[in-house]
Amino acid sequence: MAAPETSTAAVPTLYTNNTLRNAFGGVLSFFILLLIGVMAFSIRLFSVIKYESVIHEFDPYFNYRVTQFLAKNGIYEFWNWFDDRTWYPLGRVIGGTVYPGLTLTAGTIWWLLNSLNIPLSVETVCVFTAPIFSAFASWATFLLTKEVKGTGAGLTAAALLAMVPSYISRSVAGSYDNEAVAIFALIFTFYLYIKTLNTGSLFYATLNSIAYFYMVCSWGGYTFIINLIPMHVLLCIVTGRFSSRLYIAYAPLVVLGTLLAALVPVVGFNAVMTSEHFASFLVFIILHVVAFVYYIKGILSPKMFKVAVTLVVSVGLAVCCAVIAVLIALVASSPTKGWSGRSLSLLDPTYASKYIPIIASVSEHQPPTWPSYFMDINVLAFLVPAGIIACFSPLSDSSSFVVLYIATSVYFSGVMVRLMLVFAPAACITSGIALSQSFDVFTRSIKFQLPGISSNTEVDAAETSSATAEAQNDAVKTEKSEETSKNRPSKKSKKKEKEEKPSTKAKAEKRLLALPLDSSVISLLLLILLGAFYVVHCVWAAAEAYSAPSIVLTSRSHDGLHVFDDFREAYGWLRHNTDVDDKVASWWDYGYQTTAMANRTVIVDNNTWNNTHIATVGTAMSSPEKAAWEIFHSLDVKYVLVVFGGLVGYPSDDINKFLWMVRIGGGVFPHIKEPDYLRDGQYRIDSQATPTMLNCLMYKLSYYRFVETDGKGFDRVRQTEIGKKHFKLTHFEEVFTTHHWMVRIYKLKPPKNRIRGKTKKSKSKTSSTSSRGKRSGSGKKNPWQ
Amino acid sequence: MKQPRPMKTFVLQEQGPIELTHATISYFFPKVEASVKTHSSTPMEAPIRATEFLRFTLLSLLFFVCRSSPSHDLLISNAERRIDLTSHIVKVYLTLKVENAGSTPTSEILLAFPPTQVDHLATVEALVTKGKRKKTTLARLDVTPTELPDAPNGTKYFTIYLTNPLNSGESTTLEVLYLFTHSLEPFPAEIGQSESQLVYYRDSALILSPYHIKQQTTFLKTPSTKVESFTRVEPTNRAGTEMKYGPYEDRHPYTFSPILIHFENNSPFPVVEELVREVEISHWGNLQVTEQYTLVHGGARHKGVFSRVDYQSRPNMNGVSSLRYLLARLPPRVHSVYYRDEIGNISSSHLRTDSRKSELEIEPRYPLFGGWKATFVIGYGLPLQDFLFESSDDRRYLNFTFGCPLLDTVVDKLTVKVVLPEGSKDPSAVVPFTVEQHLETKYSYLDVVGRTVVVMEKKNLVPVHNSHFQVYYTFKPIFMLAEPLMLASAFFLFFVACVAYLHIDLSIRK
Repeated sequence: MAAPETSTAAVPTLYTNNTLRNAFGGVLSFFILLLIGVMAFSIRLFSVIKYESVIHEFDPYFNYRVTQFLAKNGIYEFWNWFDDRTWYPLGRVIGGTVYPGLTLTAGTIWWLLNSLNIPLSVETVCVFTAPIFSAFASWATFLLTKEVKGTGAGLTAAALLAMVPSYISRSVAGSYDNEAVAIFALIFTFYLYIKTLNTGSLFYATLNSIAYFYMVCSWGGYTFIINLIPMHVLLCIVTGRFSSRLYIAYAPLVVLGTLLAALVPVVGFNAVMTSEHFASFLVFIILHVVAFVYYIKGILSPKMFKVAVTLVVSVGLAVCCAVIAVLIALVASSPTKGWSGRSLSLLDPTYASKYIPIIASVSEHQPPTWPSYFMDINVLAFLVPAGIIACFSPLSDSSSFVVLYIATSVYFSGVMVRLMLVFAPAACITSGIALSQSFDVFTRSIKFQLPGISSNTEVDAAETSSATAEAQNDAVKTEKSEETSKNRPSKKSKKKEKEEKPSTKAKAEKRLLALPLDSSVISLLLLILLGAFYVVHCVWAAAEAYSAPSIVLTSRSHDGLHVFDDFREAYGWLRHNTDVDDKVASWWDYGYQTTAMANRTVIVDNNTWNNTHIATVGTAMSSPEKAAWEIFHSLDVKYVLVVFGGLVGYPSDDINKFLWMVRIGGGVFPHIKEPDYLRDGQYRIDSQATPTMLNCLMYKLSYYRFVETDGKGFDRVRQTEIGKKHFKLTHFEEVFTTHHWMVRIYKLKPPKNRIRGKTKKSKSKTSSTSSRGKRSGSGKKNPWQ
Repeated sequence: MKQPRPMKTFVLQEQGPIELTHATISYFFPKVEASVKTHSSTPMEAPIRATEFLRFTLLSLLFFVCRSSPSHDLLISNAERRIDLTSHIVKVYLTLKVENAGSTPTSEILLAFPPTQVDHLATVEALVTKGKRKKTTLARLDVTPTELPDAPNGTKYFTIYLTNPLNSGESTTLEVLYLFTHSLEPFPAEIGQSESQLVYYRDSALILSPYHIKQQTTFLKTPSTKVESFTRVEPTNRAGTEMKYGPYEDRHPYTFSPILIHFENNSPFPVVEELVREVEISHWGNLQVTEQYTLVHGGARHKGVFSRVDYQSRPNMNGVSSLRYLLARLPPRVHSVYYRDEIGNISSSHLRTDSRKSELEIEPRYPLFGGWKATFVIGYGLPLQDFLFESSDDRRYLNFTFGCPLLDTVVDKLTVKVVLPEGSKDPSAVVPFTVEQHLETKYSYLDVVGRTVVVMEKKNLVPVHNSHFQVYYTFKPIFMLAEPLMLASAFFLFFVACVAYLHIDLSIRK
């Protein structure tokens, strides 16, 4: 690459000419940023190259469907959209229950391209939205880190973020989910906050509110912003860093931001009513009190001030107590204390598993394991502590924000694996700071000790602290360009070194001390090695771990690549060969895909807003055939779809998810008891399995005629022979099974003309427990009410 | 169903001589490839007896149709009909020996069809044998649908125009080929997975004709020996897969004798309900073809369960009539082929290319049973120089095939859209059969004025329609540079604006 060469050549000659050098540095960093953006985009295209340009997984299909609707019908129809294809017979008000940011963004891009006569399909736009926004996110990271620690750190952090696996996992091409744009919005909001804090400009404060608005539009994670920023403000006040800049950074954000947030239908009055937003208002009050105190202090003499303080404190305390009592009473009156279930499970990690199985059943809501940290942020985990130390020397308003950000996000990522995504930018920023500062120290000490340019370095040294920022920047920039050309620094220079470096460096900076030449050269090489290791890992993660779209599976065997396209086969069949108004029941995981790909009405989907409805489906799946048929029939269901991986060894099938169906179903309908499905606490489907298990609908639909494939009925996922091999279905008939048996679709047989023995029927009804009996008694149409 | 039905005759009506005036038609046949097929015909007293004949001759000829009047003076001395029922497209080969028994020369010969058959009639072609023995060649004749004012029972006519008028006392031999689609009615209409598909075919044992037929025979070929029932019109006999009706002597005009054959036909019935082919010409050297299919299995509807285990373990007994794969014959040197549907790529396809043709074998996402549908898109690029030529009058023309590249499929409705490059003028299409035409405008990448699209629509197509058509247009190569120049100037303006912005001080304070 030309850029690094010219820069190294240029630096000594232009050394004296500061303005030219700065201009050159500006151009250089612009091109480096451009390259970082290109890299962030292109590293996410592995999924398109290896598979195809297709929407991934589950939630993206819903977003895609919404975007299609928006592109077709326009924004007003979109706000008023009542979706009758899902949650039958309840339906769902889409316009009021989605975060519209992503959809509107992609819809706008599509509209813009089409008005320029570039006829890209909605799907293409959706597929590439996430990579585009990850380029934006890395630029936002640059801006944020630049505000905190200078350009060098900014570029390093941007490069790190561009390829951090945790973020790649949520933003590969095709992963069209809220997080794709939300991470950009998050970082950009933080940047504008820091920028306002550093400049005290009302212009940036306004922009900050707008960025916050975009974040609210995009993702429920906006509560992180509206809690983190108040925490930082509080921290500043407590540590005596109150200033008018702080006031300008915070007060407009709360007022404007809350007003704007309330405009988003899905948030609405929640912006002022729920406990998630409570902290921001409390801090808003405190900030005004503090500002008022500072103001009074300014106009009164110290003596008078003391008198005033005692007066105000005594009165103020009384008032505060009253207000807080009222607030507590209000909050306590709500069953969840004003918190949403997901927020509560963040504060109390055991909450969901105790009370809301539906949240706990989602794998991305589980706490992460240690290896997943290494997988998702890799060497950054070692660089983060060093970066935190670097933030403390010297501690400024902005660097304290970074410290606070990383501290809180580490906690959140420890609770939910999904929030690793919030942690990743923080880790990149701190690691970027750590890397750039240590590079700075090493290169400066090398420069200092090289005989050829010692005079120059002395001049440089003389400039000292005033020039340090710039010098750092330049030094880091050169490294930076090396990094980008060579794919970034080092490997195992390890945490120990890392930690030593910045701390020693901090001292060195103050005392103008340099490290020994050879040790700094070696450390530099080790750092580059560490960076190289990171790059290799990131590319591997992007190419292998996170590129699979999950609707198409591939397996490599000795005779080449084998493609399992069963999901789309089944959805395609449903789309073309069933009546357009038929209702399809499946576990909620497949709801979004069924509505989007098969265009059929589903009973439940991934927007798990109605626990009872999901529990009804769970109950049906866990019930014996006849009871299940009655439940499904009462829901107007015509087809039942199950996912079965036993033939090809696809592990995330319905049998493996079945215990959650039992749990969720049993949570609402107590006649479903989890122990009935477990033999001695063990979940098994072989001959040792309980009769309840072997007679439930899910078992039967999964293994119907399975034994005829190999004669034994060997399940490749559970690695066992199934318990009940030969059985017939009386109320369901198989209408479609995909090529690898991964999706099986059954049709409900029509009800019999003649009811044989009325007594028998009523008995079967009463045999189910009181809750079910009540439900079926209350009318066949709506048994779950 | 085995009892012979009584013969039914059309009401005979006295027909006066009909005055039909025809403008002189000059017709230019495009060259088509010859395919030679041996065919044994029954001996007859024809002066030119062709035991071996060429179909689809490549003769470009100019002929005149003179003013003439069809009359009952014509008679058919011998007629032989061979009906091929092996696939879902019913092919009828009709050999007529026509004799002019009247006094005036005539050059028009009428073919009659019952109205129910006309709806399913995809194409009618007529050939006349020429030359001496051994060196017989076949010349294609013009055939047009004709309305006659007093047709009995709604009979529809097609007129064959002879090149040379048939003089009094002369005779000539005509080879007529016509194809029916949707003429096999599945019975039972719904079958299970393991059952085989049985169909009805309805026709007449006697050839419907406005002329007196001295002698006629009809042969039917069924795909297998399994024939449930057939109508007997003596003499009728059946041997193997062939059934013979006749010979019948001296039948009056419009004699009709319905027959019904119930037989097994396990071939899948691929029917493309709608096909939209879009051919986009780029003068940068590429021809992009996009074909959108709505495919349906037109056979007996699938009933009840679909069991994968049966389908996979006993493929010979289960789903025999299911549609497992299709073969598309694409032009040679095809590149960037894709096969997908609205939810993404379909991975089950194979492309085989050689220097003369490309074959794309595609499997739908799931095997199609009777009544099941699937939609998909096939797209491919072709080198432009193979299909775009310059004509003598400085115009350019695209020479491309009209029909559906899938083998052995019926297309109910075909729309061919030829997207001409932006800036092309005076488009005109030349198609060897009648199509509905109109023009549209399409906006594609960075278009300003839009591209002219020549849209051609035709219903009820069979593979015979895969002949070439031409679209002529004028185009100035300078238009190719419009879009690059536009982009360049847009960027230029952007940079100028940037430079201007950096050099203008907009602040109020100094």
